[in-house]
Amino acid sequence: MDLVLVNLIDGLVTGLLLFMLSSGLTLIFSMMGVLNFAHASFYMLGAYFAYQISKSVGFWPGLLIAPLIVGVLGALVERYGLRRVHKYGHVPELIFTFGLALLIEEIVQFFWGRAQVPFLAPEALNFALFSISGNAIPAYKVFMIFISMAIFIGLLLVLTKSRVGLIIQAALSHPQTVETLGHNVPLIFMGVFGVGTALAGVAGVIAGPVLGTFPGMAIVLGSIVFVTIVVGGLGSLWGALVASLLIGWVTTFAASYNVGMMDVLTGLGFTPPEDLSESLFRDIWSLTLPQVGPILPYLLMVMVLVFRPYGLFGKRDV
Amino acid sequence: MTSLDHTRTRPAAGGLSLATLAPWLMAALFLAVMPFIFADNSAITIMNQMAITIIFALAYNMLLGQGGMLSFGHAVYMGLGGFMCVHIMNWMEDGAISMPLPLLPLFGGLFGLGFAMLIGSFSTRKAGTVFAMISLGVGELIAACSVIVVVFFGGEEGVSGDRTYGIPVLGVEFLHQIEVYYLTAFWLMLSAALMYLFSRTPVGRMANAVRDNPERAEFLGYSQRWVRYYSFCASGFFAGIAGGLFAINYEILTEENLNLATSGTILLVTFLGGVGFFFGPIIGAIVFTLLATVLKLHTELWQLYVGAIFVATVMFFPGGLAGLLAMHVAPWRLGKMGVLVKPYLTTLLPGVIGGLGLAGATEMLFHAREAAEGDEAMGLFFMEVSSHSPVAWAAVLAVTAAGFWLARRGAPGLKAAWDEANTAPRGRR
Repeated sequence: MDLVLVNLIDGLVTGLLLFMLSSGLTLIFSMMGVLNFAHASFYMLGAYFAYQISKSVGFWPGLLIAPLIVGVLGALVERYGLRRVHKYGHVPELIFTFGLALLIEEIVQFFWGRAQVPFLAPEALNFALFSISGNAIPAYKVFMIFISMAIFIGLLLVLTKSRVGLIIQAALSHPQTVETLGHNVPLIFMGVFGVGTALAGVAGVIAGPVLGTFPGMAIVLGSIVFVTIVVGGLGSLWGALVASLLIGWVTTFAASYNVGMMDVLTGLGFTPPEDLSESLFRDIWSLTLPQVGPILPYLLMVMVLVFRPYGLFGKRDV
Repeated sequence: MTSLDHTRTRPAAGGLSLATLAPWLMAALFLAVMPFIFADNSAITIMNQMAITIIFALAYNMLLGQGGMLSFGHAVYMGLGGFMCVHIMNWMEDGAISMPLPLLPLFGGLFGLGFAMLIGSFSTRKAGTVFAMISLGVGELIAACSVIVVVFFGGEEGVSGDRTYGIPVLGVEFLHQIEVYYLTAFWLMLSAALMYLFSRTPVGRMANAVRDNPERAEFLGYSQRWVRYYSFCASGFFAGIAGGLFAINYEILTEENLNLATSGTILLVTFLGGVGFFFGPIIGAIVFTLLATVLKLHTELWQLYVGAIFVATVMFFPGGLAGLLAMHVAPWRLGKMGVLVKPYLTTLLPGVIGGLGLAGATEMLFHAREAAEGDEAMGLFFMEVSSHSPVAWAAVLAVTAAGFWLARRGAPGLKAAWDEANTAPRGRR
């Protein structure tokens, strides 16, 4: 039971981290109809910038400055890259962001090398806050939870309560009308893109010390983020939240419970083959839950697409 | 979706004529003669790789160019076909079955087809972004499975085989690279011809229609989903053939043949060549293979350059190399190519020099940061320079700046010349 609680907290951390990426991605998608393949690359840039800043002035300024730089970069990419490709259609846009993701990975390798860089959590948070029957919960994890919660609530308030948020919401569904009312819609797009990438940057800064800061971090998390927003329903913020938490918990729980297929199958009444090493089905018999953990999100996505093509919360036909 | 969609196809002429057959005969002749011109083993290896990439890129373009489906997981079908072929090779070695080796790619193709039929049944429901995401997810799923399902994928080290156990064909046992080359070339011609013919069938034509305007195609009574499904299956088949050839050529397949990096590379190759034309991917595969081979020999940063070229292509030449060539058809017909020569020399040449200068500066920066302490000498464009010398830095930066400045200054002239070259004399087209 105690392990369940620990896993719940770990899964919450992963889920909220995923949500910081998927919320920006899904917002950008519902606005421009383009899925930003390079979104996770901005997450990686956030981690690397924060690492560079932390080397000279420490972690806390990095938490503030790195996402700002990432956001500005994102806005520039929208203004001078995406907007140019936009006229060719959605597929070239997707290809452009894919190329950008490749390029950013190479650039990161150029400046910081192929190996992992020692980006560490700040000393001030380097202690165990409390422990659940022997399992220490580091203060940094709790800090991650609070940061992502704060950002989510802030985003929700801005989007639903403020004037800017209302204009953004209107521009999502009726860009032409908003433009006739005298608002600068391309500027709004650029802003949303910038804010979305800055959110990814924040996620990178706070995840870098925990998940490791290395050139492959974008690819590792990137595909999962796409799975998340497809499962949640493209363009749905609530869907992104639910799917992020779901995937966070599913992967965490799968990684920590060592249930073997052997036990499941014998429990169901099958008998294991005499000589396991020769059997054609030996992989099925020797399968364990932590082993399949990493592919569960993809399986979930395929299931959702087969049985509910619009995702859990998706309404729009995309 | 506009500028991608210029598959210019002439109205289907009835029957065969020498004019329609000529490119194919020339290609066949070219393939037959090449090993005599480039006879050493490494050249033949590169040509084999090129041929396999061409088949794969053509299969990929059946989706992207002809069907409007962007896939981030097409390596799966090639990889699965390849894995199946390695297993068949191993069964041949055990004596469980026996057949001539040249038939092997067919089984790879059938396996790819079978898998495409399965995956396509739900992934082709939508085009565009949704299709792209599903292909990515399925690709990652199968790549991740390769570590789990050790029986089929062989885990981390992959599966390997030996191609020489098939029934000899005319006494050939495929011990040598050159024999494999002709086998690959044969399958290349066959698959390219079949893929071209597929694009001419009603299904192939409807794939174009569905790509351009799915709604209208539905009103004509065609199901967009089924049209996409047929293209997808055919593409999986030819990707499987490419996988079979890969298995014969390299005799080993690993997780690398299935993952996102391989799928991304084929997207890059196809787009670089140009998705709007049937022959685009062929150009792309040839240019990319050569470019990668040459760059790999000379610099560690080759992937950076390839990435930059790719992004530049998407931004400035969405038609790819084939699109660039096709742009010159009109000036050629009008006999005005001469108008373009001078602006090309005064604009594009400095642009290329500027680009090379930038690459040189990148190399020097890389060397200055990465090389061992005290090791300042580096080779750069056939010269020996010091990566710490201010003179060398000033020279490289000056060349870069001058190149880009000249290119920028010449751009309006180039545009004017381009308009002039595309205008028919006396206002007639």
